Amino acid sequence: MMILGFVLALLAIIVFTFLAVVAIYNRLVSLRNRVKNAWSQIDVQLKRRHDLIPNLIETAKGYMQHERETFIRVTEARAKAMGAGSTGSLKEIAQAETTLSEALAKFLLTVENYPELKANENFLRLHEELTSTENRIAYARQAYNDDVLALNNKVEMFPSNIIASIFNFAKADFFELENKSERKAPQVKF
Amino acid sequence: MWELIERNKQRSLWLFVALFCVLLVLGGLIGETIVPSETPFMGVGFLGGILTAIIVSSILGAIAYWTGDDIVMSVSRAVLVTKEHHPQLYNVVEEMQIAAGLERMPEIYLIADDAMNAFATGIRPEKSAIAVTAGLVERLNRDELQGVVAHEMAHIVNRDVLFMSFAGVLLGCISMAGEGFLRGFFYGRGSRRSRIGGGRTHPIVLLAALVFAILAPLLARIFYFAISRKREYLADATAVRLTRYPEGLASALEKISGDPIDLEGYNRFTAPLFIVNPLEGTTTNRRNLFSLGATHPPTSDRIRILRALSGASFRDYQSAYMKVTRAADLFPERMLRDKSIVPLRQMNESEKVAESSRKTVKERHRTVGDALLAANGFTFLPCICGLTVKVPPALGKANIACPRCGRLLFLPNAEVRPLERGYETQSPAVDASLAYTRKGGNQWESFSCSCGHPIHLSPLCRASFIECRNCGRRIEIRSPDTTR
Repeated sequence: MMILGFVLALLAIIVFTFLAVVAIYNRLVSLRNRVKNAWSQIDVQLKRRHDLIPNLIETAKGYMQHERETFIRVTEARAKAMGAGSTGSLKEIAQAETTLSEALAKFLLTVENYPELKANENFLRLHEELTSTENRIAYARQAYNDDVLALNNKVEMFPSNIIASIFNFAKADFFELENKSERKAPQVKF
Repeated sequence: MWELIERNKQRSLWLFVALFCVLLVLGGLIGETIVPSETPFMGVGFLGGILTAIIVSSILGAIAYWTGDDIVMSVSRAVLVTKEHHPQLYNVVEEMQIAAGLERMPEIYLIADDAMNAFATGIRPEKSAIAVTAGLVERLNRDELQGVVAHEMAHIVNRDVLFMSFAGVLLGCISMAGEGFLRGFFYGRGSRRSRIGGGRTHPIVLLAALVFAILAPLLARIFYFAISRKREYLADATAVRLTRYPEGLASALEKISGDPIDLEGYNRFTAPLFIVNPLEGTTTNRRNLFSLGATHPPTSDRIRILRALSGASFRDYQSAYMKVTRAADLFPERMLRDKSIVPLRQMNESEKVAESSRKTVKERHRTVGDALLAANGFTFLPCICGLTVKVPPALGKANIACPRCGRLLFLPNAEVRPLERGYETQSPAVDASLAYTRKGGNQWESFSCSCGHPIHLSPLCRASFIECRNCGRRIEIRSPDTTR
């Protein structure tokens, strides 16, 4: 009788442990997928910005003949950011994108001196798109970093850290843009 | 953050279960008094009452579930808008969708009303939508609009509409049953009087039923409104989590509550959905006895809490709430376990500058008005004299004379045809799948793409193809002399 009770208790413990492991494992997988998904969202928005820039410059060129330097700076920053996006690490991407943001901000600041361009319907539309894209990048980054934090907490904390190390769940990197204020859209007036 | 929302769902479930139990007990007691049985709580009356309560509430619940979203939209006279109609509004909503990590983009509706208000629906997740009034889009800046949209997005993420509509159905059933029973008991004459409590009912059962019929609707209502107010606070807190910029929502609420124009398209049932309840005097800011029956917290309190925030986490919101209202805690302890610091952000630089030189009120009014017209199916025909003629959808004519210069303008009618296979376009680089042949002559021409989107060609247009702004199809433009 004693042995039967002992075996039953042991069995219950094994079943319970197994269920707990399954639950934690599934939780980790869903967190990892969420991080992946959030990253792809950032990626989409960064690409969207890269696609917008040629149009923007094309529209502005006709009005701003004397701003070759600004155009070149933006174009170069864009090329670099696109290069980093295809090969670079998270840090390199962040750096290149920050440079691009700054170049864009400068470009939009010079637009101030061209009231005709500011009145251009097409430019206004592109500008709203650019503002929105900057916001989207910021919000996608915010969601991504939240997800990364949740995953990293699970990977580090007991008891999920045991399962994480058995099944090789690694911590994910945060995506930080090097800006003083939490986030910054290009400075432009209308 | 998402775990908090999961827990929040469980809480709502408790409210739901509690209301349902109250309804069942009430139904049973009423049934028992109408059809008394020898052994109380075992007979046909009691069980029949419970069964009736279950059936009636399920039917009403099903109706709310399947048609609720459409009913709300039609009561509010809202029209569906796309990105093409109002790009900024669309962008703001999409940004919030990204911030909330929502998989599906909610539909956007514009309400033709000069008052300022907004609401979200989404009893079914695949039908979630955000509706804003024209007045709101017109008079808020981008950050404020963002705040309002974030609040509505929070309602969608928290599944507030679903729980509150089902709880509302249960509340309605409880009130209906309680009121009906009391009326039948006190005012019933003759045959009905003899039926209810006709001598055979146990007096204790009768007393219990009476007390319950009086108290249950009252308590359920107070309970329901308390939860509703809590959910508004939660939506505010979640909105700040999403935007990290409380001032946007705060100044939007200030503008909405200070707005003298009254909303027209709402009723008693849709009023609680709005960001500021149009039924409740928005200028009253005192917590009086009446506020027990208010679906929304006092707007002034909400604004003060938002302005007192030092961070974007729920803990920060809780401490600001306690400071402003001097009330006990707002969120349950479980929601505050996450101690991570969520910083706020500064005002957008672009928004700071935009404030100084925004479009004039008239221009903004026109932009929103045009968006409404376009969403209602109006066709915009540009005339060479500079006027844009806005033609209603059911004109029934193929052309219209420009009211300013008298030139004939042609309404777009499907004149594009798919290209036959093997035909080479005039410019090989263009992979056009449609073609339109110009009429020639010195006037604007309009046609519609096969997706239905109208396209207008200026008389000066020399392009050999054009891209449809709606569907992205490339349409080849042929001059009249090259027609085969």
